[in-house]
Amino acid sequence: MLVPLSVVASLLIPYLVAVVRQKRSDRHWNYWRTVSFVAGTVLLFVALSPPLANVSHHDLRAHMLQHILIGMLAPLGLVAGAPLTLAFRTLPVRISRLITTTLHHRLVHWLIHPVSAFLSNIGGMYLLYLTPLYALTLTNPYLHYFMHLHFLVAGCLFTWAIAGPDPAPGRPGMRTRLIVVFLSIAAHATLGKLMYIYLWPHGTLHSAHEIRAAAQFMYYGGDFAELLLVVALFATWYRRQGHHHSILQQRGKRLNQPLASA
Amino acid sequence: MHPMPHDISDPARSRWGAALIGIAIMAGVDEIIFHQVLGWHHFYDLSTPAVGLLSDGLLHSAELIALVAGFFMLLDLRRRNALAAAWVWAGFFIGMGGFQLFDGIIDHKVLRLHQIRYGVNLLPYDVAWNLTGLVLLLVGIVLLGRARSTAATNLSVD
Repeated sequence: MLVPLSVVASLLIPYLVAVVRQKRSDRHWNYWRTVSFVAGTVLLFVALSPPLANVSHHDLRAHMLQHILIGMLAPLGLVAGAPLTLAFRTLPVRISRLITTTLHHRLVHWLIHPVSAFLSNIGGMYLLYLTPLYALTLTNPYLHYFMHLHFLVAGCLFTWAIAGPDPAPGRPGMRTRLIVVFLSIAAHATLGKLMYIYLWPHGTLHSAHEIRAAAQFMYYGGDFAELLLVVALFATWYRRQGHHHSILQQRGKRLNQPLASA
Repeated sequence: MHPMPHDISDPARSRWGAALIGIAIMAGVDEIIFHQVLGWHHFYDLSTPAVGLLSDGLLHSAELIALVAGFFMLLDLRRRNALAAAWVWAGFFIGMGGFQLFDGIIDHKVLRLHQIRYGVNLLPYDVAWNLTGLVLLLVGIVLLGRARSTAATNLSVD
Protein backbone atom coordinates (compact mmCIF):
# COMPACT_ATOMS: atom_id res chain seq x y z
CA MET A 1 0.00 0.00 0.00
CA LEU A 2 2.96 2.27 0.72
CA VAL A 3 4.34 2.28 -2.84
CA PRO A 4 1.12 3.21 -4.69
CA LEU A 5 0.21 5.80 -2.06
CA SER A 6 3.58 7.51 -2.20
CA VAL A 7 3.63 7.47 -6.01
CA VAL A 8 0.17 9.04 -6.19
CA ALA A 9 0.91 11.55 -3.40
CA SER A 10 4.15 12.68 -5.04
CA LEU A 11 2.20 13.53 -8.19
CA LEU A 12 -1.05 14.78 -6.72
CA ILE A 13 0.11 16.99 -3.81
CA PRO A 14 2.37 19.34 -5.84
CA TYR A 15 -0.29 19.60 -8.55
CA LEU A 16 -3.09 20.47 -6.12
CA VAL A 17 -0.90 22.93 -4.21
CA ALA A 18 -0.13 24.69 -7.49
CA VAL A 19 -3.82 24.78 -8.45
CA VAL A 20 -4.73 26.30 -5.07
CA ARG A 21 -2.04 28.96 -5.61
CA GLN A 22 -3.53 29.79 -9.00
CA LYS A 23 -6.95 30.29 -7.41
CA ARG A 24 -5.48 32.42 -4.60
CA SER A 25 -3.77 34.73 -7.06
CA ASP A 26 -7.03 34.92 -9.07
CA ARG A 27 -5.59 33.24 -12.11
CA HIS A 28 -7.84 31.06 -14.17
CA TRP A 29 -7.13 27.36 -14.18
CA ASN A 30 -9.46 25.13 -16.19
CA TYR A 31 -11.43 22.94 -13.81
CA TRP A 32 -11.34 20.00 -16.28
CA ARG A 33 -7.55 19.98 -16.24
CA THR A 34 -7.61 19.31 -12.49
CA VAL A 35 -10.32 16.65 -12.86
CA SER A 36 -8.33 14.94 -15.57
CA PHE A 37 -5.07 14.93 -13.59
CA VAL A 38 -6.80 13.58 -10.48
CA ALA A 39 -8.45 10.86 -12.60
CA GLY A 40 -5.02 9.93 -13.96
CA THR A 41 -3.60 9.51 -10.47
CA VAL A 42 -6.65 7.48 -9.37
CA LEU A 43 -6.13 5.08 -12.30
CA LEU A 44 -2.47 4.82 -11.38
CA PHE A 45 -3.40 4.06 -7.78
CA VAL A 46 -5.84 1.33 -8.85
CA ALA A 47 -3.18 -0.21 -11.10
CA LEU A 48 -0.50 -0.27 -8.39
CA SER A 49 -2.66 -1.13 -5.38
CA PRO A 50 -2.37 -4.60 -3.80
CA PRO A 51 -5.58 -6.25 -5.09
CA LEU A 52 -4.48 -5.87 -8.69
CA ALA A 53 -0.71 -5.86 -8.19
CA ASN A 54 -0.73 -9.15 -6.29
CA VAL A 55 -2.96 -10.96 -8.77
CA SER A 56 -0.97 -9.67 -11.73
CA HIS A 57 2.05 -11.58 -10.52
CA HIS A 58 0.25 -14.85 -11.25
CA ASP A 59 -2.31 -13.87 -13.84
CA LEU A 60 -1.30 -12.40 -17.19
CA ARG A 61 -4.78 -10.92 -17.70
CA ALA A 62 -4.42 -8.83 -14.55
CA HIS A 63 -0.93 -7.81 -15.67
CA MET A 64 -2.42 -6.65 -18.97
CA LEU A 65 -5.01 -4.57 -17.15
CA GLN A 66 -2.17 -3.02 -15.17
CA HIS A 67 -0.26 -2.37 -18.37
CA ILE A 68 -3.23 -0.62 -20.00
CA LEU A 69 -3.92 1.45 -16.88
CA ILE A 70 -0.30 2.49 -16.19
CA GLY A 71 0.96 2.86 -19.74
CA MET A 72 -2.08 4.15 -21.61
CA LEU A 73 -5.07 5.40 -19.59
CA ALA A 74 -3.33 7.05 -16.62
CA PRO A 75 -0.94 8.98 -18.95
CA LEU A 76 -3.95 10.34 -20.87
CA GLY A 77 -5.35 11.80 -17.66
CA LEU A 78 -2.02 13.08 -16.37
CA VAL A 79 -0.97 14.68 -19.66
CA ALA A 80 -4.40 16.28 -20.24
CA GLY A 81 -3.97 17.89 -16.81
CA ALA A 82 -1.26 20.12 -18.38
CA PRO A 83 1.17 19.72 -15.44
CA LEU A 84 4.01 21.45 -17.28
CA THR A 85 1.97 24.60 -17.92
CA LEU A 86 0.98 24.63 -14.27
CA ALA A 87 4.59 24.16 -13.21
CA PHE A 88 5.75 27.06 -15.39
CA ARG A 89 3.15 29.31 -13.79
CA THR A 90 3.99 28.26 -10.25
CA LEU A 91 7.73 27.63 -10.06
CA PRO A 92 10.24 30.45 -9.50
CA VAL A 93 11.30 32.08 -12.76
CA ARG A 94 14.84 30.78 -12.36
CA ILE A 95 13.71 27.15 -12.35
CA SER A 96 11.16 27.66 -15.11
CA ARG A 97 13.93 29.10 -17.26
CA LEU A 98 16.11 26.13 -16.51
CA ILE A 99 13.33 23.76 -17.63
CA THR A 100 12.77 25.78 -20.80
CA THR A 101 16.47 25.76 -21.65
CA THR A 102 16.63 22.03 -21.08
CA LEU A 103 13.56 21.41 -23.25
CA HIS A 104 15.09 23.45 -26.05
CA HIS A 105 18.27 21.40 -26.11
CA ARG A 106 18.60 19.56 -29.41
CA LEU A 107 19.08 16.23 -27.67
CA VAL A 108 15.83 16.73 -25.74
CA HIS A 109 13.99 17.72 -28.94
CA TRP A 110 15.10 14.44 -30.36
CA LEU A 111 14.08 12.55 -27.22
CA ILE A 112 10.56 14.02 -27.02
CA HIS A 113 9.89 13.68 -30.76
CA PRO A 114 6.79 11.52 -31.45
CA VAL A 115 8.87 9.00 -33.39
CA SER A 116 11.33 8.34 -30.55
CA ALA A 117 8.49 8.37 -28.01
CA PHE A 118 6.74 5.80 -30.20
CA LEU A 119 9.87 3.63 -30.36
CA SER A 120 10.46 3.66 -26.62
CA ASN A 121 6.76 3.03 -25.93
CA ILE A 122 5.82 0.30 -28.43
CA GLY A 123 9.41 -0.88 -28.92
CA GLY A 124 9.63 -1.43 -25.18
CA MET A 125 6.51 -3.61 -25.30
CA TYR A 126 7.83 -5.76 -28.15
CA LEU A 127 11.08 -6.16 -26.21
CA LEU A 128 9.24 -7.03 -23.01
CA TYR A 129 6.75 -9.58 -24.33
CA LEU A 130 8.60 -11.15 -27.25
CA THR A 131 11.85 -11.88 -25.37
CA PRO A 132 12.63 -13.67 -22.07
CA LEU A 133 12.55 -10.22 -20.41
CA TYR A 134 9.00 -10.62 -19.12
CA ALA A 135 9.84 -13.92 -17.38
CA LEU A 136 12.78 -12.14 -15.71
CA THR A 137 10.54 -9.37 -14.33
CA LEU A 138 8.61 -12.04 -12.41
CA THR A 139 11.68 -13.06 -10.41
CA ASN A 140 13.70 -9.86 -10.21
CA PRO A 141 11.89 -7.19 -8.15
CA TYR A 142 14.08 -4.30 -9.45
CA LEU A 143 13.31 -5.26 -13.02
CA HIS A 144 9.66 -5.50 -12.05
CA TYR A 145 9.60 -1.93 -10.70
CA PHE A 146 11.58 -0.71 -13.68
CA MET A 147 9.02 -2.27 -16.05
CA HIS A 148 6.17 -0.35 -14.41
CA LEU A 149 8.18 2.86 -14.33
CA HIS A 150 8.95 2.45 -18.01
CA PHE A 151 5.27 1.87 -18.81
CA LEU A 152 4.40 5.11 -17.05
CA VAL A 153 7.23 7.30 -18.34
CA ALA A 154 7.10 6.05 -21.93
CA GLY A 155 3.29 6.26 -21.91
CA CYS A 156 3.32 9.86 -20.66
CA LEU A 157 6.09 10.85 -23.09
CA PHE A 158 4.18 9.39 -26.03
CA THR A 159 0.84 10.93 -25.02
CA TRP A 160 2.48 14.32 -24.48
CA ALA A 161 4.37 14.17 -27.80
CA ILE A 162 1.18 13.28 -29.70
CA ALA A 163 -1.66 15.13 -28.03
CA GLY A 164 -0.51 17.02 -24.94
CA PRO A 165 -1.93 20.47 -24.24
CA ASP A 166 1.46 21.34 -22.71
CA PRO A 167 4.02 22.86 -25.04
CA ALA A 168 6.56 20.43 -26.47
CA PRO A 169 9.44 22.20 -28.21
CA GLY A 170 10.16 20.78 -31.63
CA ARG A 171 6.83 18.93 -31.78
CA PRO A 172 6.01 18.28 -35.45
CA GLY A 173 2.71 19.11 -37.13
CA MET A 174 -0.57 17.25 -37.34
CA ARG A 175 0.41 15.09 -40.31
CA THR A 176 3.52 13.58 -38.70
CA ARG A 177 1.71 13.00 -35.43
CA LEU A 178 -1.18 11.29 -37.25
CA ILE A 179 1.22 8.98 -39.09
CA VAL A 180 2.95 8.07 -35.82
CA VAL A 181 -0.40 7.34 -34.09
CA PHE A 182 -1.48 5.30 -37.11
CA LEU A 183 1.67 3.15 -36.92
CA SER A 184 1.43 2.92 -33.15
CA ILE A 185 -2.14 1.55 -33.17
CA ALA A 186 -1.22 -0.95 -35.90
CA ALA A 187 1.92 -2.04 -34.01
CA HIS A 188 -0.04 -2.49 -30.78
CA ALA A 189 -2.75 -4.55 -32.51
CA THR A 190 -0.15 -6.68 -34.29
CA LEU A 191 1.68 -7.34 -31.02
CA GLY A 192 -1.58 -8.52 -29.46
CA LYS A 193 -2.09 -10.98 -32.33
CA LEU A 194 1.53 -12.19 -32.27
CA MET A 195 1.19 -12.94 -28.56
CA TYR A 196 -2.10 -14.72 -29.23
CA ILE A 197 -0.68 -16.91 -32.00
CA TYR A 198 2.78 -17.72 -30.63
CA LEU A 199 1.73 -17.69 -26.95
CA TRP A 200 4.23 -15.07 -25.86
CA PRO A 201 5.60 -14.26 -23.30
CA HIS A 202 7.46 -17.57 -23.16
CA GLY A 203 9.09 -19.11 -20.11
CA THR A 204 6.23 -18.43 -17.68
CA LEU A 205 3.69 -20.64 -15.93
CA HIS A 206 0.75 -19.01 -17.71
CA SER A 207 -1.55 -21.42 -19.53
CA ALA A 208 -2.22 -21.04 -23.26
CA HIS A 209 -5.81 -20.12 -22.51
CA GLU A 210 -4.70 -17.36 -20.15
CA ILE A 211 -2.16 -15.92 -22.60
CA ARG A 212 -4.76 -15.86 -25.39
CA ALA A 213 -7.26 -14.08 -23.15
CA ALA A 214 -4.58 -11.57 -22.09
CA ALA A 215 -3.55 -10.95 -25.71
CA GLN A 216 -7.15 -10.28 -26.73
CA PHE A 217 -7.58 -8.03 -23.74
CA MET A 218 -4.47 -6.13 -24.82
CA TYR A 219 -5.91 -5.78 -28.33
CA TYR A 220 -9.32 -4.44 -27.34
CA GLY A 221 -8.22 -2.53 -24.24
CA GLY A 222 -5.50 -0.93 -26.32
CA ASP A 223 -8.12 0.02 -28.90
CA PHE A 224 -10.17 1.87 -26.32
CA ALA A 225 -7.15 3.79 -24.97
CA GLU A 226 -5.92 4.61 -28.48
CA LEU A 227 -9.36 5.81 -29.52
CA LEU A 228 -9.19 8.28 -26.62
CA LEU A 229 -5.68 9.33 -27.71
CA VAL A 230 -6.85 9.99 -31.26
CA VAL A 231 -9.78 12.01 -29.87
CA ALA A 232 -7.31 14.03 -27.78
CA LEU A 233 -5.15 14.64 -30.85
CA PHE A 234 -8.10 15.85 -32.93
CA ALA A 235 -9.30 17.97 -30.02
CA THR A 236 -6.01 19.93 -30.21
CA TRP A 237 -6.57 20.28 -33.97
CA TYR A 238 -10.16 21.44 -33.39
CA ARG A 239 -9.04 24.07 -30.88
CA ARG A 240 -6.37 25.39 -33.25
CA GLN A 241 -8.85 25.50 -36.14
CA GLY A 242 -11.16 27.52 -33.88
CA HIS A 243 -8.46 30.16 -33.37
CA HIS A 244 -7.82 30.15 -37.09
CA HIS A 245 -11.51 30.71 -37.91
CA SER A 246 -11.90 33.54 -35.43
CA ILE A 247 -8.86 35.32 -36.90
CA LEU A 248 -10.34 34.94 -40.39
CA GLN A 249 -13.69 36.22 -39.17
CA GLN A 250 -12.09 39.29 -37.57
CA ARG A 251 -10.30 40.04 -40.85
CA GLY A 252 -13.51 39.55 -42.82
CA LYS A 253 -15.37 42.02 -40.56
CA ARG A 254 -12.61 44.59 -40.92
CA LEU A 255 -12.61 44.23 -44.69
CA ASN A 256 -16.38 44.56 -44.86
CA GLN A 257 -16.65 47.61 -42.61
CA PRO A 258 -15.78 50.34 -45.15
CA LEU A 259 -18.29 48.86 -47.56
CA ALA A 260 -21.02 48.77 -44.94
CA SER A 261 -20.49 52.38 -43.90
CA ALA A 262 -20.29 53.63 -47.48
CA MET B 1 -18.17 42.38 -51.27
CA HIS B 2 -15.50 40.12 -49.84
CA PRO B 3 -16.68 36.59 -49.21
CA MET B 4 -16.94 35.78 -45.54
CA PRO B 5 -14.97 32.77 -44.45
CA HIS B 6 -18.05 31.70 -42.51
CA ASP B 7 -21.56 30.64 -43.36
CA ILE B 8 -20.60 29.20 -46.73
CA SER B 9 -21.55 25.56 -47.06
CA ASP B 10 -18.68 23.28 -47.88
CA PRO B 11 -20.01 20.27 -49.87
CA ALA B 12 -16.61 18.67 -50.49
CA ARG B 13 -15.56 18.55 -46.86
CA SER B 14 -19.09 17.58 -45.75
CA ARG B 15 -18.94 14.63 -48.14
CA TRP B 16 -15.43 13.58 -47.15
CA GLY B 17 -15.98 13.81 -43.40
CA ALA B 18 -19.15 11.72 -43.68
CA ALA B 19 -17.48 9.20 -46.02
CA LEU B 20 -14.75 8.62 -43.42
CA ILE B 21 -17.42 7.94 -40.79
CA GLY B 22 -19.28 5.63 -43.19
CA ILE B 23 -16.13 3.61 -43.90
CA ALA B 24 -15.29 3.29 -40.21
CA ILE B 25 -18.84 2.35 -39.19
CA MET B 26 -19.15 -0.33 -41.88
CA ALA B 27 -15.79 -1.77 -40.82
CA GLY B 28 -16.89 -1.68 -37.20
CA VAL B 29 -20.22 -3.36 -38.02
CA ASP B 30 -18.42 -6.13 -39.93
CA GLU B 31 -16.06 -6.68 -37.04
CA ILE B 32 -18.76 -6.67 -34.36
CA ILE B 33 -21.40 -8.75 -36.16
CA PHE B 34 -19.36 -11.33 -38.05
CA HIS B 35 -16.45 -11.61 -35.70
CA GLN B 36 -17.83 -10.98 -32.22
CA VAL B 37 -21.52 -11.91 -32.40
CA LEU B 38 -21.65 -14.67 -35.03
CA GLY B 39 -18.05 -15.86 -34.60
CA TRP B 40 -17.80 -16.72 -38.33
CA HIS B 41 -14.17 -15.77 -38.39
CA HIS B 42 -11.95 -15.60 -35.38
CA PHE B 43 -9.50 -13.30 -33.68
CA TYR B 44 -6.89 -15.17 -35.64
CA ASP B 45 -7.36 -17.73 -38.41
CA LEU B 46 -4.62 -20.22 -39.08
CA SER B 47 -5.03 -19.33 -42.74
CA THR B 48 -3.97 -15.73 -42.08
CA PRO B 49 -0.60 -15.15 -43.76
CA ALA B 50 2.04 -13.14 -41.90
CA VAL B 51 1.50 -10.15 -44.16
CA GLY B 52 -2.23 -10.38 -43.40
CA LEU B 53 -1.47 -9.87 -39.75
CA LEU B 54 0.30 -6.59 -40.41
CA SER B 55 -2.24 -5.40 -42.99
CA ASP B 56 -5.05 -6.23 -40.54
CA GLY B 57 -3.34 -4.04 -37.96
CA LEU B 58 -2.88 -1.17 -40.41
CA LEU B 59 -6.47 -1.42 -41.63
CA HIS B 60 -7.76 -1.54 -38.08
CA SER B 61 -5.72 1.53 -37.20
CA ALA B 62 -6.96 3.42 -40.26
CA GLU B 63 -10.60 2.66 -39.33
CA LEU B 64 -10.16 3.96 -35.81
CA ILE B 65 -8.56 7.19 -37.03
CA ALA B 66 -11.11 7.61 -39.85
CA LEU B 67 -13.97 7.49 -37.35
CA VAL B 68 -12.52 10.24 -35.15
CA ALA B 69 -11.24 12.34 -38.07
CA GLY B 70 -14.65 12.25 -39.76
CA PHE B 71 -16.51 13.35 -36.64
CA PHE B 72 -14.12 16.22 -35.98
CA MET B 73 -14.29 17.38 -39.61
CA LEU B 74 -18.10 17.53 -39.40
CA LEU B 75 -17.94 19.25 -35.98
CA ASP B 76 -15.63 21.89 -37.43
CA LEU B 77 -17.98 22.44 -40.39
CA ARG B 78 -20.99 22.76 -38.11
CA ARG B 79 -19.19 25.31 -35.95
CA ARG B 80 -18.76 27.63 -38.92
CA ASN B 81 -22.21 26.85 -40.41
CA ALA B 82 -20.64 25.13 -43.41
CA LEU B 83 -22.22 21.71 -42.92
CA ALA B 84 -24.21 20.63 -45.99
CA ALA B 85 -26.61 17.94 -44.77
CA ALA B 86 -27.56 16.52 -48.19
CA TRP B 87 -23.89 15.97 -49.03
CA VAL B 88 -23.24 14.45 -45.61
CA TRP B 89 -25.78 11.66 -46.22
CA ALA B 90 -24.50 11.04 -49.72
CA GLY B 91 -20.92 10.78 -48.42
CA PHE B 92 -21.95 8.52 -45.55
CA PHE B 93 -23.65 5.95 -47.82
CA ILE B 94 -20.88 6.08 -50.43
CA GLY B 95 -18.33 5.47 -47.65
CA MET B 96 -20.28 2.51 -46.26
CA GLY B 97 -21.00 0.91 -49.66
CA GLY B 98 -17.53 1.63 -51.01
CA PHE B 99 -15.87 0.00 -48.03
CA GLN B 100 -18.16 -3.04 -48.12
CA LEU B 101 -17.44 -3.60 -51.82
CA PHE B 102 -13.70 -3.03 -51.35
CA ASP B 103 -13.64 -5.50 -48.47
CA GLY B 104 -15.76 -8.03 -50.37
CA ILE B 105 -13.84 -7.88 -53.65
CA ILE B 106 -10.26 -6.80 -52.88
CA ASP B 107 -9.74 -8.19 -49.34
CA HIS B 108 -11.77 -11.39 -49.65
CA LYS B 109 -11.34 -12.33 -53.32
CA VAL B 110 -8.26 -10.62 -54.81
CA LEU B 111 -5.90 -10.60 -51.82
CA ARG B 112 -7.66 -13.52 -50.09
CA LEU B 113 -6.77 -12.08 -46.67
CA HIS B 114 -9.67 -13.89 -45.02
CA GLN B 115 -13.14 -15.18 -45.90
CA ILE B 116 -16.60 -14.33 -44.57
CA ARG B 117 -17.14 -17.80 -43.16
CA TYR B 118 -15.24 -21.06 -43.13
CA GLY B 119 -16.32 -24.60 -43.98
CA VAL B 120 -19.33 -23.56 -46.08
CA ASN B 121 -20.10 -22.84 -49.71
CA LEU B 122 -18.92 -19.25 -49.94
CA LEU B 123 -20.82 -18.18 -53.04
CA PRO B 124 -24.14 -17.09 -51.40
CA TYR B 125 -22.18 -15.27 -48.68
CA ASP B 126 -20.01 -13.42 -51.17
CA VAL B 127 -23.00 -12.50 -53.31
CA ALA B 128 -25.00 -11.22 -50.30
CA TRP B 129 -21.97 -9.30 -49.00
CA ASN B 130 -21.20 -7.54 -52.26
CA LEU B 131 -24.87 -6.92 -53.09
CA THR B 132 -25.27 -5.14 -49.74
CA GLY B 133 -22.24 -3.04 -50.62
CA LEU B 134 -23.60 -2.27 -54.07
CA VAL B 135 -27.03 -1.24 -52.73
CA LEU B 136 -25.45 1.08 -50.14
CA LEU B 137 -23.21 2.58 -52.81
CA LEU B 138 -26.17 3.12 -55.17
CA VAL B 139 -28.18 4.81 -52.40
CA GLY B 140 -25.18 7.09 -51.88
CA ILE B 141 -24.92 7.88 -55.60
CA VAL B 142 -28.67 8.69 -55.81
CA LEU B 143 -28.35 11.00 -52.78
CA LEU B 144 -25.31 12.62 -54.38
CA GLY B 145 -27.30 13.31 -57.55
CA ARG B 146 -30.12 14.85 -55.50
CA ALA B 147 -27.71 17.02 -53.54
CA ARG B 148 -26.20 18.20 -56.82
CA SER B 149 -29.53 19.09 -58.41
CA THR B 150 -30.71 20.88 -55.25
CA ALA B 151 -27.49 22.89 -55.24
CA ALA B 152 -28.02 23.74 -58.92
CA THR B 153 -31.63 24.94 -58.39
CA ASN B 154 -30.56 27.02 -55.40
CA LEU B 155 -27.92 28.68 -57.55
CA SER B 156 -30.40 29.47 -60.36
CA VAL B 157 -32.92 30.90 -57.84
CA ASP B 158 -30.21 33.18 -56.46
